[in-house]
Amino acid sequence: MNTNLYKYILSIADNSLILGQRMGALTGHGPSLETDIACTNISLDLFGQVRSYYQYAAKIKGDNTTEDDIAFLRKEREYLNVLLVEQPDTNFAFTIARQFLFDTYHFLFLEALEKSHDITLSAIAKKSIKEVSYHRRFSSDWMRRLGDGTQVSHEKVQEAINVLWTYTDELFHQTEADIVMVKENIAVDVTKLKDHYYNTVKKVLEEATLEVPESKWFQKGGKEGIHTEHLGYLLSDLQYMQRTYPNMEW
Amino acid sequence: MSTKKNWPLWEVFVRSKNGLEHRHFGSLHAADEEMALENARDVYTRRSEGVSIWVVESKHITASNPENNGELFEPAQDKVYRHPTFYDLPDEVKHM
Repeated sequence: MNTNLYKYILSIADNSLILGQRMGALTGHGPSLETDIACTNISLDLFGQVRSYYQYAAKIKGDNTTEDDIAFLRKEREYLNVLLVEQPDTNFAFTIARQFLFDTYHFLFLEALEKSHDITLSAIAKKSIKEVSYHRRFSSDWMRRLGDGTQVSHEKVQEAINVLWTYTDELFHQTEADIVMVKENIAVDVTKLKDHYYNTVKKVLEEATLEVPESKWFQKGGKEGIHTEHLGYLLSDLQYMQRTYPNMEW
Repeated sequence: MSTKKNWPLWEVFVRSKNGLEHRHFGSLHAADEEMALENARDVYTRRSEGVSIWVVESKHITASNPENNGELFEPAQDKVYRHPTFYDLPDEVKHM
Protein backbone atom coordinates (compact mmCIF):
# COMPACT_ATOMS: atom_id res chain seq x y z
CA MET A 1 0.00 0.00 0.00
CA ASN A 2 1.14 3.52 -0.80
CA THR A 3 0.89 4.90 2.73
CA ASN A 4 1.76 8.44 1.77
CA LEU A 5 -0.95 8.60 -0.86
CA TYR A 6 -3.46 7.01 1.52
CA LYS A 7 -2.67 9.56 4.22
CA TYR A 8 -2.76 12.37 1.73
CA ILE A 9 -6.25 11.44 0.53
CA LEU A 10 -7.49 11.21 4.10
CA SER A 11 -6.05 14.60 4.95
CA ILE A 12 -8.14 16.13 2.17
CA ALA A 13 -11.28 14.08 2.77
CA ASP A 14 -11.33 14.45 6.56
CA ASN A 15 -11.64 18.24 6.24
CA SER A 16 -14.80 17.78 4.23
CA LEU A 17 -16.15 15.03 6.48
CA ILE A 18 -15.75 16.97 9.70
CA LEU A 19 -16.99 20.26 8.29
CA GLY A 20 -19.87 18.41 6.63
CA GLN A 21 -20.80 16.90 9.99
CA ARG A 22 -20.69 20.33 11.63
CA MET A 23 -22.95 21.84 8.99
CA GLY A 24 -25.24 18.83 8.89
CA ALA A 25 -25.71 18.97 12.65
CA LEU A 26 -27.30 22.39 12.15
CA THR A 27 -30.23 20.89 10.29
CA GLY A 28 -33.34 22.31 11.88
CA HIS A 29 -31.37 24.88 13.86
CA GLY A 30 -30.60 27.49 11.20
CA PRO A 31 -31.62 31.07 11.87
CA SER A 32 -34.19 30.90 9.09
CA LEU A 33 -35.61 28.15 6.92
CA GLU A 34 -33.66 29.40 3.91
CA THR A 35 -30.31 29.57 5.72
CA ASP A 36 -30.96 26.23 7.34
CA ILE A 37 -31.37 24.55 3.95
CA ALA A 38 -28.28 26.35 2.65
CA CYS A 39 -26.17 24.89 5.49
CA THR A 40 -27.57 21.43 4.87
CA ASN A 41 -26.85 21.72 1.15
CA ILE A 42 -23.25 22.60 1.86
CA SER A 43 -23.03 19.62 4.17
CA LEU A 44 -24.38 17.28 1.50
CA ASP A 45 -21.97 18.65 -1.10
CA LEU A 46 -19.08 17.97 1.26
CA PHE A 47 -20.26 14.44 2.05
CA GLY A 48 -20.53 13.74 -1.66
CA GLN A 49 -16.90 14.74 -2.10
CA VAL A 50 -15.91 12.69 0.93
CA ARG A 51 -17.39 9.55 -0.59
CA SER A 52 -15.30 9.89 -3.74
CA TYR A 53 -12.12 10.37 -1.71
CA TYR A 54 -12.82 7.52 0.71
CA GLN A 55 -13.76 5.11 -2.04
CA TYR A 56 -10.42 5.85 -3.64
CA ALA A 57 -8.62 5.50 -0.29
CA ALA A 58 -10.41 2.21 0.43
CA LYS A 59 -9.21 0.83 -2.90
CA ILE A 60 -5.63 1.75 -2.05
CA LYS A 61 -5.86 0.23 1.39
CA GLY A 62 -7.35 -3.05 0.15
CA ASP A 63 -8.30 -5.80 2.67
CA ASN A 64 -11.99 -5.30 1.85
CA THR A 65 -11.88 -1.86 3.45
CA THR A 66 -14.97 0.18 2.67
CA GLU A 67 -15.59 3.91 2.60
CA ASP A 68 -17.74 3.47 5.72
CA ASP A 69 -14.89 1.84 7.65
CA ILE A 70 -12.72 4.84 6.93
CA ALA A 71 -15.41 7.36 7.78
CA PHE A 72 -16.80 5.76 10.91
CA LEU A 73 -14.31 3.38 12.50
CA ARG A 74 -11.12 5.35 12.99
CA LYS A 75 -10.01 6.70 16.33
CA GLU A 76 -9.71 10.40 17.02
CA ARG A 77 -5.97 10.57 16.39
CA GLU A 78 -6.35 8.87 13.03
CA TYR A 79 -8.35 11.78 11.65
CA LEU A 80 -6.13 14.19 9.76
CA ASN A 81 -8.41 17.20 9.33
CA VAL A 82 -7.24 20.69 10.18
CA LEU A 83 -8.33 22.11 13.53
CA LEU A 84 -10.34 24.88 11.88
CA VAL A 85 -13.13 22.63 10.62
CA GLU A 86 -13.79 20.94 13.96
CA GLN A 87 -14.37 24.21 15.84
CA PRO A 88 -17.89 24.38 17.32
CA ASP A 89 -20.93 26.35 16.19
CA THR A 90 -20.70 28.86 19.02
CA ASN A 91 -23.20 31.05 17.16
CA PHE A 92 -24.14 31.75 13.55
CA ALA A 93 -21.23 34.16 13.14
CA PHE A 94 -18.82 31.35 14.05
CA THR A 95 -20.51 29.01 11.58
CA ILE A 96 -20.16 31.55 8.79
CA ALA A 97 -16.62 32.64 9.70
CA ARG A 98 -15.42 29.03 9.89
CA GLN A 99 -17.04 28.29 6.55
CA PHE A 100 -15.57 31.41 4.98
CA LEU A 101 -12.04 30.76 6.23
CA PHE A 102 -12.23 27.19 4.97
CA ASP A 103 -14.04 27.84 1.66
CA THR A 104 -11.47 30.41 0.61
CA TYR A 105 -8.74 27.85 1.18
CA HIS A 106 -10.75 24.96 -0.26
CA PHE A 107 -11.32 26.74 -3.55
CA LEU A 108 -7.64 27.59 -4.05
CA PHE A 109 -6.70 24.08 -3.02
CA LEU A 110 -9.03 22.39 -5.51
CA GLU A 111 -7.91 24.70 -8.30
CA ALA A 112 -4.39 23.42 -7.70
CA LEU A 113 -5.48 19.81 -7.18
CA GLU A 114 -7.08 19.80 -10.62
CA LYS A 115 -3.52 19.86 -11.95
CA SER A 116 -2.48 16.79 -9.94
CA HIS A 117 -0.84 13.97 -11.86
CA ASP A 118 -3.12 11.57 -10.01
CA ILE A 119 -6.08 11.37 -12.37
CA THR A 120 -8.58 10.31 -9.70
CA LEU A 121 -7.75 13.23 -7.43
CA SER A 122 -7.76 15.58 -10.37
CA ALA A 123 -11.21 14.33 -11.42
CA ILE A 124 -12.65 14.70 -7.92
CA ALA A 125 -11.24 18.23 -7.75
CA LYS A 126 -12.79 19.12 -11.07
CA LYS A 127 -16.18 17.88 -9.96
CA SER A 128 -16.03 19.51 -6.53
CA ILE A 129 -14.85 22.94 -7.51
CA LYS A 130 -18.23 24.13 -8.77
CA GLU A 131 -19.82 23.24 -5.46
CA VAL A 132 -17.06 24.88 -3.48
CA SER A 133 -17.23 27.95 -5.65
CA TYR A 134 -20.85 28.34 -4.52
CA HIS A 135 -19.95 27.69 -0.87
CA ARG A 136 -17.38 30.44 -1.09
CA ARG A 137 -19.89 32.82 -2.57
CA PHE A 138 -22.42 31.98 0.13
CA SER A 139 -20.03 32.38 3.06
CA SER A 140 -18.32 35.51 1.68
CA ASP A 141 -21.71 37.15 1.14
CA TRP A 142 -22.69 36.36 4.69
CA MET A 143 -19.39 37.73 6.01
CA ARG A 144 -20.20 41.04 4.35
CA ARG A 145 -23.78 40.99 5.59
CA LEU A 146 -22.83 40.27 9.18
CA GLY A 147 -19.77 42.54 9.24
CA ASP A 148 -21.51 45.42 7.55
CA GLY A 149 -24.85 44.70 9.22
CA THR A 150 -25.90 45.78 12.69
CA GLN A 151 -23.56 46.62 15.52
CA VAL A 152 -24.34 43.29 17.18
CA SER A 153 -23.72 41.22 14.05
CA HIS A 154 -20.50 43.14 13.45
CA GLU A 155 -19.23 42.44 16.95
CA LYS A 156 -20.15 38.77 16.81
CA VAL A 157 -18.50 38.09 13.48
CA GLN A 158 -15.40 40.07 14.46
CA GLU A 159 -15.12 37.93 17.57
CA ALA A 160 -15.53 34.77 15.51
CA ILE A 161 -12.79 35.85 13.09
CA ASN A 162 -10.49 36.75 15.97
CA VAL A 163 -10.94 33.34 17.59
CA LEU A 164 -10.76 31.28 14.40
CA TRP A 165 -7.83 33.22 12.96
CA THR A 166 -5.37 31.18 15.04
CA TYR A 167 -6.42 28.08 13.10
CA THR A 168 -5.73 29.48 9.62
CA ASP A 169 -1.97 29.06 9.50
CA GLU A 170 -2.25 25.29 9.83
CA LEU A 171 -3.91 25.15 6.40
CA PHE A 172 -0.48 25.81 4.91
CA HIS A 173 1.56 23.35 6.95
CA GLN A 174 3.02 20.31 5.23
CA THR A 175 3.25 16.84 6.69
CA GLU A 176 5.90 14.35 5.67
CA ALA A 177 3.39 12.58 3.45
CA ASP A 178 2.55 15.92 1.80
CA ILE A 179 6.16 16.63 0.98
CA VAL A 180 6.66 13.23 -0.65
CA MET A 181 3.44 13.60 -2.61
CA VAL A 182 4.35 17.08 -3.78
CA LYS A 183 7.61 15.70 -5.16
CA GLU A 184 5.64 13.17 -7.16
CA ASN A 185 3.41 15.94 -8.55
CA ILE A 186 0.38 14.39 -6.87
CA ALA A 187 -0.14 16.74 -3.94
CA VAL A 188 -0.78 20.46 -3.89
CA ASP A 189 2.08 22.50 -2.49
CA VAL A 190 -0.05 24.38 0.04
CA THR A 191 2.78 26.71 1.04
CA LYS A 192 2.35 28.36 -2.34
CA LEU A 193 -1.33 29.16 -1.67
CA LYS A 194 -0.70 31.12 1.49
CA ASP A 195 -0.23 34.65 0.12
CA HIS A 196 -3.13 34.37 -2.26
CA TYR A 197 -5.29 33.04 0.58
CA TYR A 198 -4.58 35.84 3.03
CA ASN A 199 -4.98 38.48 0.34
CA THR A 200 -8.41 37.11 -0.61
CA VAL A 201 -9.50 36.81 3.00
CA LYS A 202 -8.32 40.32 3.82
CA LYS A 203 -10.18 41.76 0.87
CA VAL A 204 -13.49 40.27 2.02
CA LEU A 205 -12.85 41.33 5.62
CA GLU A 206 -12.26 44.88 4.46
CA GLU A 207 -15.47 44.86 2.44
CA ALA A 208 -17.20 43.56 5.54
CA THR A 209 -15.73 46.49 7.52
CA LEU A 210 -13.96 43.98 9.77
CA GLU A 211 -10.48 44.21 11.19
CA VAL A 212 -7.84 41.74 10.13
CA PRO A 213 -6.53 40.06 13.31
CA GLU A 214 -2.87 40.67 14.00
CA SER A 215 -2.19 37.50 15.95
CA LYS A 216 1.21 36.04 15.24
CA TRP A 217 0.54 32.92 17.28
CA PHE A 218 -1.20 29.99 15.62
CA GLN A 219 -2.63 26.60 16.60
CA LYS A 220 -1.55 23.43 14.87
CA GLY A 221 -1.74 19.66 15.18
CA GLY A 222 -4.80 18.49 13.28
CA LYS A 223 -2.84 17.34 10.27
CA GLU A 224 -0.81 15.08 12.58
CA GLY A 225 -3.91 13.77 14.34
CA ILE A 226 -3.56 15.95 17.45
CA HIS A 227 -6.94 17.62 17.82
CA THR A 228 -8.78 20.13 19.97
CA GLU A 229 -11.21 18.80 22.57
CA HIS A 230 -14.14 19.37 20.23
CA LEU A 231 -13.40 16.55 17.81
CA GLY A 232 -14.08 13.73 20.26
CA TYR A 233 -17.64 14.90 20.87
CA LEU A 234 -18.23 15.35 17.17
CA LEU A 235 -16.96 11.83 16.46
CA SER A 236 -19.14 10.28 19.14
CA ASP A 237 -22.15 11.69 17.27
CA LEU A 238 -20.79 10.77 13.87
CA GLN A 239 -19.77 7.23 14.80
CA TYR A 240 -22.55 6.31 17.18
CA MET A 241 -24.55 4.21 14.75
CA GLN A 242 -21.66 2.12 13.39
CA ARG A 243 -20.19 1.58 16.84
CA THR A 244 -23.48 0.55 18.40
CA TYR A 245 -24.73 -1.55 15.50
CA PRO A 246 -21.59 -2.72 13.68
CA ASN A 247 -22.02 -3.18 9.94
CA MET A 248 -25.54 -1.82 9.96
CA GLU A 249 -26.75 -0.46 6.62
CA TRP A 250 -29.63 1.78 5.69
CA MET B 1 -37.40 33.92 14.37
CA SER B 2 -37.00 37.65 14.63
CA THR B 3 -35.40 37.91 11.19
CA LYS B 4 -38.72 37.10 9.60
CA LYS B 5 -40.04 40.44 10.84
CA ASN B 6 -37.49 42.35 8.82
CA TRP B 7 -36.94 40.23 5.75
CA PRO B 8 -39.44 40.89 2.97
CA LEU B 9 -41.20 38.13 1.09
CA TRP B 10 -40.11 37.16 -2.43
CA GLU B 11 -41.82 35.14 -5.12
CA VAL B 12 -39.68 32.61 -6.94
CA PHE B 13 -40.03 31.62 -10.59
CA VAL B 14 -37.99 28.77 -11.99
CA ARG B 15 -37.46 27.67 -15.56
CA SER B 16 -36.98 23.94 -15.38
CA LYS B 17 -35.66 23.45 -18.92
CA ASN B 18 -34.47 25.65 -21.72
CA GLY B 19 -37.42 26.44 -23.95
CA LEU B 20 -40.00 26.20 -21.19
CA GLU B 21 -41.43 29.23 -19.45
CA HIS B 22 -40.61 30.27 -15.88
CA ARG B 23 -43.17 28.87 -13.48
CA HIS B 24 -44.09 30.07 -10.04
CA PHE B 25 -42.41 27.70 -7.55
CA GLY B 26 -43.16 29.34 -4.24
CA SER B 27 -41.99 32.12 -1.99
CA LEU B 28 -39.29 32.79 0.58
CA HIS B 29 -37.84 35.45 2.85
CA ALA B 30 -34.64 37.33 2.06
CA ALA B 31 -33.04 40.64 2.93
CA ASP B 32 -32.37 41.70 -0.67
CA GLU B 33 -32.46 40.44 -4.23
CA GLU B 34 -29.05 38.82 -4.08
CA MET B 35 -29.94 36.83 -1.00
CA ALA B 36 -33.31 36.02 -2.54
CA LEU B 37 -31.57 34.44 -5.54
CA GLU B 38 -29.21 32.42 -3.35
CA ASN B 39 -32.03 31.29 -1.09
CA ALA B 40 -34.14 30.35 -4.10
CA ARG B 41 -31.25 28.32 -5.43
CA ASP B 42 -30.96 26.48 -2.12
CA VAL B 43 -34.64 26.03 -1.38
CA TYR B 44 -36.11 25.32 -4.82
CA THR B 45 -33.40 23.98 -7.13
CA ARG B 46 -31.42 21.63 -4.89
CA ARG B 47 -32.72 18.58 -6.74
CA SER B 48 -31.69 20.13 -10.05
CA GLU B 49 -35.12 21.45 -10.88
CA GLY B 50 -33.97 24.49 -12.79
CA VAL B 51 -31.78 26.25 -15.29
CA SER B 52 -32.89 29.80 -14.54
CA ILE B 53 -34.39 31.63 -11.58
CA TRP B 54 -36.35 34.87 -11.32
CA VAL B 55 -37.15 36.46 -8.00
CA VAL B 56 -39.47 39.39 -7.46
CA GLU B 57 -40.44 40.99 -4.23
CA SER B 58 -44.02 40.00 -3.48
CA LYS B 59 -45.14 43.57 -2.90
CA HIS B 60 -44.51 44.35 -6.56
CA ILE B 61 -47.12 41.86 -7.68
CA THR B 62 -50.57 43.26 -8.28
CA ALA B 63 -53.18 40.60 -7.70
CA SER B 64 -56.83 40.45 -8.59
CA ASN B 65 -59.17 40.63 -5.64
CA PRO B 66 -61.13 37.40 -4.99
CA GLU B 67 -64.14 39.54 -4.15
CA ASN B 68 -64.24 40.69 -7.75
CA ASN B 69 -64.19 37.17 -9.13
CA GLY B 70 -67.82 37.50 -10.17
CA GLU B 71 -67.39 40.45 -12.46
CA LEU B 72 -63.97 39.36 -13.66
CA PHE B 73 -64.50 35.73 -14.49
CA GLU B 74 -68.15 34.71 -14.48
CA PRO B 75 -69.15 36.56 -17.66
CA ALA B 76 -66.83 34.22 -19.58
CA GLN B 77 -68.48 31.08 -18.27
CA ASP B 78 -71.70 31.26 -20.32
CA LYS B 79 -69.95 32.14 -23.55
CA VAL B 80 -69.11 28.66 -24.71
CA TYR B 81 -68.78 29.93 -28.28
CA ARG B 82 -65.44 31.42 -27.25
CA HIS B 83 -64.08 27.90 -27.14
CA PRO B 84 -63.52 26.38 -30.58
CA THR B 85 -65.47 23.23 -29.67
CA PHE B 86 -67.92 23.28 -32.59
CA TYR B 87 -65.48 22.19 -35.22
CA ASP B 88 -65.06 18.63 -36.38
CA LEU B 89 -61.35 18.04 -36.17
CA PRO B 90 -59.74 15.75 -38.71
CA ASP B 91 -58.12 12.71 -37.09
CA GLU B 92 -54.69 13.81 -38.22
CA VAL B 93 -54.83 16.83 -35.93
CA LYS B 94 -53.70 15.72 -32.52
CA HIS B 95 -53.20 17.48 -29.23
CA MET B 96 -56.02 19.98 -29.54
